[in-house]
Amino acid sequence: MATEHQKPATQQQQQAGVSSFTLVIYEQENFQGRCHELTGPSNNLQEAGVEKVGSILVLCGPGAKKPGNLQTQRLAMPVLCSSCAEKRAALKRPKTGHSLCKDCFFWAFEEEVHQTIVAAKLFKHGEIVGIAASGGKDSTVLAHVMKLLNERYDYGLELMLLSVDEGITGYRDDSLETVKRNQQQYELPLKIVSYEELYGWTMDAIVKQVGLKNNCTFCGVFRRQALDRGAIMLKVDKICTGHNADDVAETVLMNVLRGDIARLRRCTAISTSSEGDGVVPRCKPLKYAYEKEIVLYAYFKKLDYFSTECIYSPNAYRGYARTFLKDLESVRPSSIIDVIHSGENLSVRDGVKMPVQGTCNRCGYISSQALCKSCVLLEGLNRGLPKLGIGKHHRLHGKILSQQPLTEKEERKLKAVDF
Amino acid sequence: MCQVDEDYHDQLEHADAPSVSKKCAKCKEATAAVVIRAGDTYCRDCFKEYFIHKFRAMLGKNRIIFPGEKVLLAVSGGPSSCSMLSQVQEGLSQNAHKKLRFLPGIVYIDEGGAVGQSVEERRRTVAELRALFRATGFPFHIVPLEQVLDLPGSVVTVAPSPSEQPASAYKAAVDHFIQSDGGSRLTPQEEQETSHPDVQESHTQSLQQLIGSAKTLTAREDLLSTLRHHVLVHTARTEGYSKVMLGDNCTRLAVKLLTSISLGRGAQLAQDTGFSDSRYGDIILVRPMRDYSAKEIAYYNRMFTVSSVFIPGLDTMATDKASIQRLTESFVTKLQAGFPSTVSTIYRTSEKLQTVCRSSSTADLFDRCLLCMCALDTAVEDASAFKATQISEKLSQTKSPGAPRTKTQRQIQAPVESESTAPSRQCCSSGGENCGRAAAGGGGCCSSAKLSETTNLKSLMCYSCQLTIKDMTSVERLPQYILSEAQRRQRRSQMREEISEFLLDEGDGGD
Ligand SMILES: [Zn+2]
Ligand SMILES: [Zn+2]
Ligand SMILES: [Zn+2]
Ligand SMILES: [Zn+2]
Ligand SMILES: [Zn+2]
Repeated sequence: MATEHQKPATQQQQQAGVSSFTLVIYEQENFQGRCHELTGPSNNLQEAGVEKVGSILVLCGPGAKKPGNLQTQRLAMPVLCSSCAEKRAALKRPKTGHSLCKDCFFWAFEEEVHQTIVAAKLFKHGEIVGIAASGGKDSTVLAHVMKLLNERYDYGLELMLLSVDEGITGYRDDSLETVKRNQQQYELPLKIVSYEELYGWTMDAIVKQVGLKNNCTFCGVFRRQALDRGAIMLKVDKICTGHNADDVAETVLMNVLRGDIARLRRCTAISTSSEGDGVVPRCKPLKYAYEKEIVLYAYFKKLDYFSTECIYSPNAYRGYARTFLKDLESVRPSSIIDVIHSGENLSVRDGVKMPVQGTCNRCGYISSQALCKSCVLLEGLNRGLPKLGIGKHHRLHGKILSQQPLTEKEERKLKAVDF
Repeated sequence: MCQVDEDYHDQLEHADAPSVSKKCAKCKEATAAVVIRAGDTYCRDCFKEYFIHKFRAMLGKNRIIFPGEKVLLAVSGGPSSCSMLSQVQEGLSQNAHKKLRFLPGIVYIDEGGAVGQSVEERRRTVAELRALFRATGFPFHIVPLEQVLDLPGSVVTVAPSPSEQPASAYKAAVDHFIQSDGGSRLTPQEEQETSHPDVQESHTQSLQQLIGSAKTLTAREDLLSTLRHHVLVHTARTEGYSKVMLGDNCTRLAVKLLTSISLGRGAQLAQDTGFSDSRYGDIILVRPMRDYSAKEIAYYNRMFTVSSVFIPGLDTMATDKASIQRLTESFVTKLQAGFPSTVSTIYRTSEKLQTVCRSSSTADLFDRCLLCMCALDTAVEDASAFKATQISEKLSQTKSPGAPRTKTQRQIQAPVESESTAPSRQCCSSGGENCGRAAAGGGGCCSSAKLSETTNLKSLMCYSCQLTIKDMTSVERLPQYILSEAQRRQRRSQMREEISEFLLDEGDGGD
C-alpha cells in the first residue's frame, strides 16, 4: 500500500470522547475500507478492533459542545450535509461516500427506490401487491417505503403484508410479533399463511420425521412456494420481496462459483414475469439499495425489526460468496453495485444448453422436472419416505405421478435418515 | 431469510487425500510420477505426451492460427508463459504431421520501472531472460513499459481486421503448407533481437507518476494491465505479427473471471477470459494455455526443467485486501484448497460466455472504450445498476442546482479530509457535476476545465474503466496517445452532432 498516514489516533479520539462526538476511523485513505465507530474514550484502539488508521471522520451530535483547543476544532468542524448544505451531516452514505443529514438521506433513499420502481415499471395502477414480510430489516424497510411511496406518488396500489409461518416453535414467534406490530403501524392488512395450512405439515413435524440434518432443504423449498401459494389464495397480483443489492450481488458471485449459468443469467432480473399458473410475478424494489443503508434507514427511522438470521447454516457457496462480497466492499465500496452491473451485462453464448422451464404436473409451479421439488418433498413426507426429496430421484417421478408403489429396494433406500 | 435454497452440498466434494496408486493410469505399466487430480495419475512419459497433446489440441480445435503466420509469444518470465514458450519449441521440433506451423517470436515487457525496481535489478532480470530467449533461436523483443509514453494514437483505435476467413480456408492453408514446405525445417530468420534501449530516467519517472496517480492498488493494477496490453499490441503491429499468445492458465483465468466480475466487467468477460480476443481488430490475442491448471504447469516445468524467472509485480508484497485483484486471487486459492473443483467450475463458466455482439470487429469507434478497447457497456436501460448509481450520486448532492451556495459552505465540508489529500483530489473524486459548479463559483478546488476533461474522458470509457479513472488524482498523467485520441473522438462526435440532421444512416460514423 501507499504511505498510510498514521495519525496519533488515540490522542484525537480521546479528546473527541470527552465531548459527544462520534469518531469514525477508516482503515484506508479517503474514508475507505473497513470503518470503526467510536463514541467514547478508548485507550487501546486495537481492543476496539482497529488495525490501522487511514482516515478519520468526526461526526458531532446535536448537543456537542464547542471544542476547546485548535487541533480538535479542525477535526471536529461540523460536517455539513452535502445535499442541503445547511444541516449537519448525520451519516456517511455507504453507497456514495457522501455525508448527509438525516432528512436528506431519507429523501435520497426513498427517491432511489421510487426511481427503481418507475424505471423498471414494476407496478401498474390498481394492482394488489403483497409485501413479503418476515419481520426482518429488509422487509420492514420495504413495507415502510412502499406504503410511503404509494401515497407520495399515488401508485394506486392495494398493499398487504404477506407472512409465512413455518410452524417452528420459538423461532418465528418473535418475528411474527414484529410483523403484527408493523401491520398496526403501517395500517396494512396482514395475512399469515402457515405451512400447516399450505402443506399439511409444520416444520416441527417435518423435523421430527427427517431429522435436523436435512430440514433446511425443506425449509428453503417450501418457503419459496409458500409465498406463491399464499399469494394465489389471497388473489394478489404481485409479490415484492426485500432482496437488496447485497443479496443480488452475492447471488451473482455464488452462481459463478457453482458454475450455474442459467441462474447466473436470471438472478439479476429485477422482476420475474408470470410463467405458469402457480407462480405470481415477483419483484425486488430494493434491488439497488445497499444492506448497510437499509440498516441506517431503519435505525434513523426507528423502525421496529427483528433480526431473522437463518437459524440453520446457510448454503456453503452462499457463505463463501457473502464473505467474499463483504471483503470486496471493504476494498472498494462500489463493488456491490459493480458486481450487479457485471451480472446485468453478461452475455451467454448461443447454443449453451439452458434447462427448460416447465411446470409441475401436480401443482403447476415452475419446475424443470415432472414434479416440482416441493411436491416431491411432500410426497416423501406423506409416504414416510423423507429421503425422496433430498437426493436426486428424478427417475421415480413417473411412478409417483401415476401413484405406482415403489419397490422394496427403493423404499429401503429412501427411508433411512441419518440423524 | 433462510437462504438454503438448493442442496448443492454434494457438489462440494472436499479435497480427498490423494489416493496414491502406484501405476500410471494411462499406460498401466510405468510407475506413476504425477497425480493431477484424484485418479489422474501419469508416468513421466505419459504426462509429457498428455501435456504436449493438450497444447496442440487447443490450437487445433480453435483453428485460428494459420500456417506460416507470425505469432508473438508474450513471455512474462513466469512459469505459465515460460511453459508456453517450451510448448512452442516442442511443437516446432515434432515431425511433420504433428508440427506446429506458425512463425514464433517472443516479447517481454519490462515493467520494472512501474513496480519500482532499480536500474540494476532490471538489467539483471533482462539479462537472465535474454539468455533464455536466445537459447530458443526465436526472434525476440525486449520492450520497457516506458515505451507506453511514446505510443501513437493508433493503439487505441480499432484497426480493421482482415476479412473473415471461411472455415474451409484454414484446411486449405494447412494442406498447402504441408505440400509446399511441411517437410523442410523452418529456419529461423537470422537471429533478430530488439534489445532494451537504455531507458531514460525521466521516462521511468513519468511512468511512475502515471501509475502513482492511481490512488488505489486496484486501479493501479488495472491501469498497468491496460498499458501492458497496449504495448503488446503496438509491438505486434510494428514487428508484423498478427497474433499474440498470452500465457494465462486455467487457474489464472478463473481468478481473472471473478476479478472482472468484481470490477464491473461483466460485459467484457468473454474477451478478458476467452481463447481469442479480437478487441484490437487486426491483432488477435490468444490464450493457448487456458486448459492447464497452475499445478500441472508447475509439475511439468519441474520435471522437464523449464526455467522461469521471478518477476515482482505491483502486489508482490501486498496483503490480501490490498486490491480487488489480490483479494480475488487469495479467495480463489483458499477455496480451491478446500474444494478442488472450484477453479474448473469457474473456468467452465467462462466458456459459456460470449461478447455482446455489437457489429463485432467493425464496431464504431464511439462505441469502444478509450482504455480497454471493449464495446461500451454504459448505454444501458434506465432500470440498471449504472443508472441507479448515477441517481444516487445526484441525489446525494445539492438538490436544486440553482440554489445559492457560498464558498464557505463548500469549504466547511472540506476539513474532514485528511491533510495529505490534495485539495483538488477531494473535489474531483466526488465526481459530480456540482463539484464543477462549485469550482466555477469561486470555490477554487479545481479548475473547471480540468474537471470537464475528466468528465469527458469518462464518457468515452466503459463502466469499469470509469471506476479506474475515478480512483485517479488526475487524468493529466495519462499517456499522450490516450489523451489525444480522446480529443479526436470528442471532435468527431461534435462534428457528428452538427451534421446529424443530414446523416441518413445513424450507425455509419465513417470511421
Ligand atoms: Zn441535508
Ligand atoms: Zn433453513
Ligand atoms: Zn408441484
Ligand atoms: Zn504411462
Ligand atoms: Zn474499458
